[in-house]
Amino acid sequence: MDILRYAIYRFGTMLLTLLVVSVLVFTIINLPPGDYLSNQIAELRATGQASGVAKAEFLRKEYALDRPLYQQYLIWMGFIPGPQGFSGMIQGNFGWSFEFDRPVAEIVGESLWLTVVVNLAAVLFVYLVALPLGMLAAARSRTWIDYSAAFLGYIGLATPNFLLALILFYYGHKYFNLPIGGLMDPIYEGQPMSWEKTKSILIHLIVPTFVIGTSGAAAMMQRLRANMLDELGKPYVETAIAKGMSERRMLTKYPLRVAFNPFVADIGNLLPAMVSGSVLVSVVLGLQTIGPTLLTALKTQDMFLSGFVLMFVALLTLIGTMISDVLLVILDPRIRYEGRDQ
Amino acid sequence: MSSQHEKHYVDQEPFDPDASLHQMERQDLDASNAVLVWRKFKTHKLGLISGIFLLTCYLLLPVVGFIAPYGPNERFSDNLYSPPQSIHMWHEGEFLGPFIYPLVAEANLETFQWEFKPDLENPARLEFFCQGSEYRLAGLIPATTRLFCAPADAPLFLWGSDRLGRDVFSRILYGAQLSLTVGLIGITVSFVLGIFFGAIAGYFGGVLDWVINRMIEILRSLPELPLWLALSAAVPSNWSPVAVFFIISIILGLLDWPGLARSVRAKFLSLREEEYVRAVEMMGASSGRVIRKHLIPNFMSHLIASATLSIPAMILGETALSFLGLGLRAPAVSWGVMLNDAQNLASIEIYPWTAIPMLPIVVVVLAFNFLGDGLRDSLDPYS
Repeated sequence: MDILRYAIYRFGTMLLTLLVVSVLVFTIINLPPGDYLSNQIAELRATGQASGVAKAEFLRKEYALDRPLYQQYLIWMGFIPGPQGFSGMIQGNFGWSFEFDRPVAEIVGESLWLTVVVNLAAVLFVYLVALPLGMLAAARSRTWIDYSAAFLGYIGLATPNFLLALILFYYGHKYFNLPIGGLMDPIYEGQPMSWEKTKSILIHLIVPTFVIGTSGAAAMMQRLRANMLDELGKPYVETAIAKGMSERRMLTKYPLRVAFNPFVADIGNLLPAMVSGSVLVSVVLGLQTIGPTLLTALKTQDMFLSGFVLMFVALLTLIGTMISDVLLVILDPRIRYEGRDQ
Repeated sequence: MSSQHEKHYVDQEPFDPDASLHQMERQDLDASNAVLVWRKFKTHKLGLISGIFLLTCYLLLPVVGFIAPYGPNERFSDNLYSPPQSIHMWHEGEFLGPFIYPLVAEANLETFQWEFKPDLENPARLEFFCQGSEYRLAGLIPATTRLFCAPADAPLFLWGSDRLGRDVFSRILYGAQLSLTVGLIGITVSFVLGIFFGAIAGYFGGVLDWVINRMIEILRSLPELPLWLALSAAVPSNWSPVAVFFIISIILGLLDWPGLARSVRAKFLSLREEEYVRAVEMMGASSGRVIRKHLIPNFMSHLIASATLSIPAMILGETALSFLGLGLRAPAVSWGVMLNDAQNLASIEIYPWTAIPMLPIVVVVLAFNFLGDGLRDSLDPYS
């Protein structure tokens, strides 16, 4: 029951955070001087195309860009009625993309869940790699296993993600015949889900997952190793060994469980970095996630589109952090988030 | 002096009954903190080497014009995408001193590319302390002397040339000026913000603490890169490269402070309960003075170590931004701007040397990491 209450509380704080983030995002997308439409109107005027001006003026009215900023924000969020009544983010209307001349929801469409898939795969990769490697590095500390794991970790930390992506892509294609670019074969684009499509996506995911996950896995591995080393020095480990327990059983039964906590807690810290990484890697590798969309939107000052993408990316990390916090409470009975006096 | 004849240790010095038993330890106890830190840091070989390497890099920044054979935007239109050349010493069994074989361009009519072949007949000797194009030492003093240059008709591309026929080696040196300082400016911004917010949150507590804590949590839970992108997209495109450089460094620092503020706050929460803080407060010192003179010096060294560890993130951030075309812009030269050329698979495959700027990035980032680790380990000499 306690956990349920905590989960609800945590969900509430997430919504509040999201509200603050929306203000932040709205401020950022309005930082560049002017907006897409007024720039376009100026350009159309300069080239003497009066018919275009009328349409742009109409859109300006339609999307309330002629109102003061705070009203624009409230309309964008759907807190006050705009020209078409209540129709903002919370009503599920994500706005209009001026650059593509289509609704934002239509443009991002499939790329939303592909973004989720890419990031989930990366999180999974981090766990699958960091857990055994970190444990091994701790159990065999100061041997070549430990050192090579540390070396790989440092390389993962120091190489710019995008370059790692390019290089791995190149060699992956050359030696393992992995596909180049995109998240699926072009023939499946826009098709309904099928077994073939899933398979194609999985194969295309290999390199991006590796690239996005590497630095996170490196950090996680180092932390797990340090935690395990702390635990390994404790008397209960000695007792277990003295009783004749096999090493593997001893490791997984006692120290790993204790060292496991930060492992879950950390995903909250790692997630922002991984989402950042996925945006960058998507741009370089041409994955159909929202990364490339964000970049074009930012470059063309397509404010509703970039605003939505920023909000979505923030939401993704916030949800991830929330899940990791709740999981942590379930996993570790010592952690309680009540105040001190209770 | 000792001898090992007796199979056990025998000190040959006569026994001195007056000598203090703790003489050895005494030295350590009297040594200043700085000496102790330095002594411990010296044993951390990797950190020491990295530190020396970084120091050399930064000291060389003002004189890169002297080391680089060409200017950052000097073009050789006959040598687009020419491959890296090596410097030879021996020509047909004869010692010539450092020289290069000039490249001869040939059009390959099957692949429609220029192919460069070394002309093995006419070795061109390198000159040292010669006159090259004009540059400015430390951005101020005009000079033309360069460390080495190739003859005018046989340009030297140690690490190849790029799409416009500019020397990659020279550009990497010039790029270091921006790429390495971006991190320093960024960290200064983040340092000032982090200490300011962390200090007032930790020292005053209450509502301020709550507000700042929420701010920290929110900023930490947001992915940095999209926000960096959004902020740099807001930089007007008509600003000068210098202004863009400064604003980008500030943007990098703007999102980095929450981590620092958090550790400052945690430290302040425990330190403000110490007796000496009570004492100063009772003597009537203002809050500002307590924070500046008594609290911050207490853990400045830790802050410096953690700052060292967050510089790499900024260097990588600048690279990523410039790479995506939203950071520094040409004609400014930075490693990220250079990597912009290596943006697609084709260039990695056909002109792999355009990706060379990756090497200095990796090396510098690793060096900062090792230095930071070393500093962190040695800052607590009494442990």
